[in-house]
Amino acid sequence: MTSPASSVVPAPAPKPNALFEYLQRLGDDRLILGHRLSEWCGHGPILEEDIALANVALDLLGQASILLRMAGEIEGQGRDEDALAYFREAVDFRNCQLVELPKGDFGFTIARQFLFDVYDVVLLESLTKSSNAELAAIAAKSLKEARYHVRHSGEWMLKLGDGTDESHRRVQSALDYLWRFTAELFAMDDVDAELVQAGIAPDLAELKPKWESLVREVLDRATLTVPNDVPRLPRTRGGRTGAHTEHLGHLLAEMQIVARSHPGAKW
Amino acid sequence: MIRHLGAGTRDEVLAVLDTVMDPEVPVLSVRELGIVRDVLVDDRDGVTVVVTPTYSGCPAIQVIERDILAALASAGFENAKVRTTYSPAWTTDWIPESAKAKLKAYGIAPPGAVADAGGLVQLMRARTAPACPYCDSTDTEIRSEFGSTACKSVCWCRSCRQPFEEFKAI
Repeated sequence: MTSPASSVVPAPAPKPNALFEYLQRLGDDRLILGHRLSEWCGHGPILEEDIALANVALDLLGQASILLRMAGEIEGQGRDEDALAYFREAVDFRNCQLVELPKGDFGFTIARQFLFDVYDVVLLESLTKSSNAELAAIAAKSLKEARYHVRHSGEWMLKLGDGTDESHRRVQSALDYLWRFTAELFAMDDVDAELVQAGIAPDLAELKPKWESLVREVLDRATLTVPNDVPRLPRTRGGRTGAHTEHLGHLLAEMQIVARSHPGAKW
Repeated sequence: MIRHLGAGTRDEVLAVLDTVMDPEVPVLSVRELGIVRDVLVDDRDGVTVVVTPTYSGCPAIQVIERDILAALASAGFENAKVRTTYSPAWTTDWIPESAKAKLKAYGIAPPGAVADAGGLVQLMRARTAPACPYCDSTDTEIRSEFGSTACKSVCWCRSCRQPFEEFKAI
């Protein structure tokens, strides 16, 4: 028996607000990477570096807070930056997988940071021209910080790459492992396409050549080898759609437990 | 005492803000640092102070907002509000020379002019260390770009053999 209603084509699922999605991607990259960097606090190889990583972490958390606040306002469901940071599940996070990988040794942390920092500078430079004035202002502010972040991680790439056999070996092996995760940074989907159309976000594919030439320039000077393999997007399409590595859940458990144990607590 | 809003209100508010010091650098007021961008006076909305954060993650901004509201309340502006803006982005170029002299007297090397950002390699080229705020020697080095707060780097003076902080140009 076929009821008349079943022959009606179901209405398409409501399209998620592209700008809300996009702001979560930007905010979550910074929130999760900032948290990973904060894990070095008290464990840095030297005091200056301990302070440096904590400083960069603080900048990233500050940027995440501003971006997620804006995301909550765009969503219009009454969620603020804390609600988004502490009360979403892993599948609702939109960060790329690169930033959620465990911090590893210092060489791994620096190599990951360098790959991200160059991406961040290139991306933010484009976002300062966004047709969304609020996003353009946040990007201009964040860009100032991203510029000294990349100076810090870039200088360490030179020191470690062109340092001892041990430091060279460690940072090279970190690069070899991390390279595959960089595909996700430049993968475009419907959300990006919609925002490119509106002049809000840049075409990520167009940013890639600039990112790659800057990365290559520093790696060459650091006597490091650019990995041969071609980064490919994970079959799951990766973190931008909520498909994460097993590591994100563990990170969130630690990051969210206080807020979830004492909802609404103030101190 | 509740103040009535009038033609002179904006100047009165600015005078109060001159007494609100930055919690991390207590020799400079929030106006001298360029954190206060504007004061709006409106019959309906009352007094609104527009501020901009120095760094995205600067934890002092919340203290600064509280201090501004407390100072205004005790001056009779009970219902003042603080609004945050991100554009234009804060720059140390807004700190006047008089305030830079206060920083130096406090033992913090003041920020130089903000350099034009070039390419990545230019970004990574070592920048010049500031003169020592104690002995004015230029025989100095930057020990770390990152210091006790987001806005400062840590330097070393080879002449008077003292560590000192620099307010970073940004």
